[in-house]
Parts: sequence; C-alpha cells; structure tokens
Amino acid sequence: MALDTADYRRREESITYTAEPAGQGETHELLTLNIGPHHPATHGVLRLLATLEGEVVRDIKPIIGYVHTGIEKTAEQKSYWKVIPVIERMDYLSYYFNAMAFCGAVETLLDVEVPPRGQYLRIIHLELNRIMSHLVWLGTSALDLGAISMFWYCFREREKILDLFEMSSGQRMHTRYFQVGGVMEDIPPAFAAKVRAFTKEMPGRADQYADLLEKNQIVFERLHGVCPLDEASLLRLGVTGPLLRATGNPWDLRKAAPYSSYDHFEFKVPVGTVGDNYDRYRVRHAEIYESVKIINQALDGLPEGPFITTDRKIALPPRHELATSMEALIHHFKLVTEGFRVPPGEAYYPIEGPRGELGCFVRADGSGKPARVHMRDPSFVNLQALSPMVRGSYLADLIATLAMLDPILGGIDR
Amino acid sequence: MEIKREVLSGPPGPLSAGAPGGAPAPLDFRSRQLLARDMLRGDLEGEALERYVEQSVLTTTVEKAVSWSQGNSIWPLTFGLACCAIEMMTIVGARMDIARFGWEAFWASPRQADLLILSGRVSVKMAPVIRRIYDQMLEPRWAISMGACCSSMGVFNNYALVPADKFMPIDVHVPGCPPRPEALMHGILRLRDKIHGHSPDGWRERYEAVGTEEVLEPGEADGTRDAAINVFPGGDTAGA
Amino acid sequence: MPRSTCFPEGTPPVPDATGLELTAHELRDHNAEAILGTDFARGRAVLLVDPAHVTDVLGALQTKGYGMLASLHGVDYYPDEPRLGVLYEMLDMHEVDRITVKIRVPTDNPRVATATGLFPGAEFPEREVYDMFGVVFDGHPDLRRILMPEDFIGFPQRRDFPVGGEPVLFTYNDETSYGKYQ
Repeated sequence: MALDTADYRRREESITYTAEPAGQGETHELLTLNIGPHHPATHGVLRLLATLEGEVVRDIKPIIGYVHTGIEKTAEQKSYWKVIPVIERMDYLSYYFNAMAFCGAVETLLDVEVPPRGQYLRIIHLELNRIMSHLVWLGTSALDLGAISMFWYCFREREKILDLFEMSSGQRMHTRYFQVGGVMEDIPPAFAAKVRAFTKEMPGRADQYADLLEKNQIVFERLHGVCPLDEASLLRLGVTGPLLRATGNPWDLRKAAPYSSYDHFEFKVPVGTVGDNYDRYRVRHAEIYESVKIINQALDGLPEGPFITTDRKIALPPRHELATSMEALIHHFKLVTEGFRVPPGEAYYPIEGPRGELGCFVRADGSGKPARVHMRDPSFVNLQALSPMVRGSYLADLIATLAMLDPILGGIDR
Repeated sequence: MEIKREVLSGPPGPLSAGAPGGAPAPLDFRSRQLLARDMLRGDLEGEALERYVEQSVLTTTVEKAVSWSQGNSIWPLTFGLACCAIEMMTIVGARMDIARFGWEAFWASPRQADLLILSGRVSVKMAPVIRRIYDQMLEPRWAISMGACCSSMGVFNNYALVPADKFMPIDVHVPGCPPRPEALMHGILRLRDKIHGHSPDGWRERYEAVGTEEVLEPGEADGTRDAAINVFPGGDTAGA
Repeated sequence: MPRSTCFPEGTPPVPDATGLELTAHELRDHNAEAILGTDFARGRAVLLVDPAHVTDVLGALQTKGYGMLASLHGVDYYPDEPRLGVLYEMLDMHEVDRITVKIRVPTDNPRVATATGLFPGAEFPEREVYDMFGVVFDGHPDLRRILMPEDFIGFPQRRDFPVGGEPVLFTYNDETSYGKYQ
C-alpha cells in the first residue's frame, strides 16, 4: 500500500480546479505556489500549496506534519501523571486545556470526583488561558494584517497573565498545574487579589484594542465580507469553536454540556451573523470579556476545601501527613514510583478549547500506563475548512483568513 | 558684544601638564570644545593636530571592530517551530526587549538573516527544510538551539524528532522547556560574547573548577567504557 | 451506577443504556448484520459495528440526528484480535447526545469504507489513521501520509512499532553520538 514519492508529488500538485475561459475567451495559466513551511506569517510550520490564477486562489492544499512529535506514542510509555507534561505541549497556546481534557478522561475512567475548590481553580486557570490564547492570536493576526503595534500591546497583557500562572504554579508555560483529581497545589494568598487587579483592567484594554482595530478602514476592508463559509458546510466538516459561532450557531460545550462547574456561572456566548473574517475576529474578541466575567464569578464564589481529591490512591497526600501516617507514606511511595493504575476502559472527554472542541480519548488496560491517548485537536479539523473558505479570493485574503482561522500547528501535528 | 576668543596654538598649557611619565592629563570640557572648534575650522596644525587625533581616535583591529558591530546588530530569522517560538516572541515584546541589543530586525528571508534561532521541536519532516534554510543563509551565520527539544531530544525522545546537532552546527544551546525569556536572553548574550571573541569558560571559572574536565585516554572516544573517569587533582575517588 | 461528577447531575450527555439499546434495535432493523454489539460504560455508549457496514450505520445515525463527526481516531488493540480499531465519535447537537461507533479490522486486511461521503470533515482524520495505523479507507479521495514524511516505512502508532529516540549524551559518547555536528 506504500505510495511512492512520485505519486505523492503528482497528488500534491494535481490541480483540482480546471481553468475556465475568462474575459475574452483566453484562459489564464494556473500557477502552483508553495507557501511555507517556513513563511513570514507567524502561524507555525504550515505548508500550503496554493493554486493561483493571477492573484486569485483557486485551490489550497495544506500539507502538515512538519512539527509532528509523536506525542501520542510517547504518552503510551509514561505513567498517567507523567503523561500530563507531555500532553500539555500539544496545543502549545492552550496548555491548561490539553491537561484538562486528559485529566477529565482519566477521572472518568477512575470515577473520581474533583472537589469543588479544585473545579473552580481549574476554571480560573482555563479562562485565563483562553484570554491568553486569544491575545496571542490577536497580536499575531494583526501582525499578519500589517497592524504591527498590536503585537506589543497584546504581549504586554500576556505577560501579566503569565505572571499569574507563575504565581500559582511556578512556570509560565506548560505548568503541569492540573493533575488527575484536581490541581497540583493551592493558590497563594495574594493570587486572588492579583487576578482581580488583572480582570479589572482587562476589559479596558480589550476596548483599546477594539478602538485601535475596528474603526480602521484597512482592517475593515480586509476582514469584512472576506471568505465567509456557511454553517452547514462547517458542520459537515466538523468545525467547532469560534469559527462555527461566527456563523451564528451558538454551540459552546461550556453551555451545552457543562463540565467542571461551568453551569454555576453566568456568561454569554458571542455569536456572529455572516461567518466572514470580521465575525470570526469579533467573536474571539468578545470572548475575552466573557472570560473575564467567568473569572470574577469564580473568584467571588471560590469554595473552601481540598483542591485535589482526597483519594490517596490517586493523589499525593499532603506533606505534613508523611511524618505521622504510615499509610500516607506508603501511598506517597507507590504513587511516585509506580503511579496509580486505571481499570480497563475507554473514555472520550471533550471540552471547549479556545479553537473549538478539544477532546481526549484515553484507553486504559489496567496497568499504570495508558494504552492509547488521542487528542482530538480542533485546529486539525478546522484546517479542512481553509480550502473551501479561500476559493476564489485573493492571496492576501488567504493570509488574513489563515490568521482568523487560528491554527496552532502543535495541535494539528501532535 | 565682544566675543572672547582663546587661541590654542602651540603647546597649550593644559596639554603639557600632567604626569611626569609624559602622558598628558585629560583635558577639561571647555578645552576639548575649543580644540574641536579649531579642528572643524582647520586651525589645528602640526603637533596639536597629532595630539588631537591620538586622543579622539579608537584604535583596534579590523576583526575586532567588525565582530563588535556584527554582534550588536544581528538579524535573526523568523523561525518559530513550536512552544519555544512563543517565548521567542516574548523577547521581542516590550518586557524583555531584544531591541535594546539591536536584534529587533527579524527577517523572513534567510538570505538577509544572520541568526537562526531554532525554537521548538525539529521533526523528521522538517529537518531537511531547516538544513536548506540554513544553507541559504550567507556567512557569517550563527545558530541557537533554543529549548530542550532541539538541543537534546527534550521531553519527547521518540521516532519523530531529530536533535539539531545531527544536521547542522549549533553555536549556543539554550536549555529549558520552554526556556524563560531571560534564559534565552542569556543565551543570545553568550552568543554575542562568542561573536565578540571573548566567551568565558563559564561555570568552571566561577567555581574555581578549571582542571576538572573529564579526560579520556587517547583512543577511548569510541564509547567502549560505560562511564567517564572523573579526574580530580586532589586524589583518587575510586568508583565515583 | 456511579458516575463521575465531571458531568453534573441531571445532564445526560450520552444516551443511557436503554436509549443505546433502542438505537441498536433500530439499526438492526435497518441492517441485520451491522451491529455486533453494544457497550455502555461510565456514561459512554459504544456501538460495535461490522466494518463492512460502517457507512450504512453512520448514514443511519446521521439521519437520526447525529450530524457531527466529532472525532475519528484509531486504536491498536494489540494483542487482542482483530487488532486495529477505528472509533467514530458522533455528536447530536440538538439533543446534546454522543455515541461512539467502533469497528475492528485485522492487520492482514485493514480495509474499511471511507466516511468522507457522509462527513467531508473525515478527510484529515482518516489520513491520520492510515498514516499511524495502516488502516486503508476505500474511496478516500486522497489517501496518503499526512504527518510522517512520505517515504516513511511503517505505521508508528501500532503497539509493536518501537518508540525510537536518541541515546542520552554523556562526555564519553559526545563525539560519537550526535553531540557535535561533523
């Protein structure tokens, strides 16, 4: 079944669009242009084979795999809590979401309950991560469009969020903060105050970004009415997240199938109308405000109690118990050396990531290591929508659409 | 209004004053100002001119001058692969401003770039592409391997990744997963030191451990032994 | 049965066991040999389907309301035979229902019909399953490797494929291993 390289070349470059006569009966030549994998657009190593007729894109074939890391195979070699740092590095802008999906799947298999404080802390960090992911998206997308100064403003806010992450877990990125059963440790005393200070000023900053971009004629013309795709096509393609919400479909897993206490909070789901680039931009921008609301509500209602499950067979006992209790010592030893075992079964745990439905499939075979971990990454499925979106638009619109698609190649290639 | 002019021709007083060794004392500001004025007018001649030239010209070798300017204006290539790329973007940001070192001009074209910061994991499919890009860069060029994944295999030691040392020469490895922006800054400053020609010996100098490098017998570099011998000047640590 | 409180009380995110059995009955009425079995564990409904009839079952579920293919992925059930499994996670957005269709194919004949006719969004995931496990999807418009280089031999995520990797560098193998670029 192995196809040889010549066949690959033929398939990659095959022009699926036949040029029809244009203008005075003359046909234009079709040019196959290779964009990437190294290209000025800051969206990772995505390679696009664009078939152009003049400046108009007739077909796009994305070629991926340039940052394939074998994460899923590596995850099969590690015990469950060691998989968390590996799986976090998949979609590298939404690392808390990757960890949440995996921990949720393992918690379903173990039938373990996450205590309410753990759930609220998870939500706070998840929403901060969502804001951070949208900020990086906004900064780099504006950079692609030419509004270069947005990059510095967005990264200034991002630094504040990373300071908060560093305060709670010690690491800026890939924090390993979510563990199976809850979170790694409790937040420090000043964390809530610092988060409130951040959420107080974030809506004002988001307003400033809107002022900078939305009343600008160039941004308007580059985004408005450009590359729309209707809802039915997106649903058939399996696209979820802000791309689907931009067409008017309010599908959001935080509302439809709430997990981890999301139903305790009041927030709205921004939707668009037409599904063009402008709607995609506005939906993501509006989600920043909703995330701020969720964080404030979570801080207001943060319950007391344990932050990780008290089942000692799954979560490490607190250190002060090791001095007094023999069972705690044994549990600690077993967990650190061998890890916990998960009874055989399969679980698929979907959550709402910043780019769409992020799901984790875990198959356990009774041992201390997972038998299969698969992450259903939203960008992987969303990338299939790029080709129908950009047919018939200009090359510059392709760049803008790619920016509004928000692909993260780490998640696509895994 | 009368403009007072002072003429500084011939051996002026302040210039000849100074240490008995003959080295002239540094001039005060006003005298230097007047000397400069005369220079611009073309009024300095002879010995005064020579002395002026000596005191205001920096002499060095061409190599040092060139490497000083190269190190202070490196143009990195926009090359982000994975998570480390986000931290590389933060050093372009306002908090860790890479522009204060003159490195803010990130180019997308390898022909005009000096530095390839390999930020992220290098997969099997991407390695020939990176090699091609590195070949397209013009001399002098440097490479920083940022992060654990391209320096060693990082978190993922598996079939899909290639360590960068296997296919291209790297000047500085920056460890971390991802390295903090300060760590990357330290790495690029070490690269700058290396370009300037004075890269320190690092930790061995600071901890007075020069001479503790592990020494292999000639002919033993083929890996026939499981562990290297630790050479301490102070005695035999058998089995260590 | 005890359920994880990750899903709050009262929201049935997947069909319960009765609903699953009803769905299985309907599909058996539609096509007698299609459903090989059902499984309901920890809130997740799985229909085990004969690989020859998978497009039938997927089409029937699509008309029933499960209009979104959330995920298509492969599993290697080594050493159980048939070894390679393909799972289709389907989502009904109106009822907020999920159901999984599972097929098992052996390694000596890993062929199954493609789902791209019903769900165009299955194109990339099926290519990934082919690349990683070797399952051939008949009728796929463009079945070739997607993540690995095109001349790669082997199917990496099968359980008997070695993980690979490089040896850890020490001083003694620095020169001979990949430590310095020669």
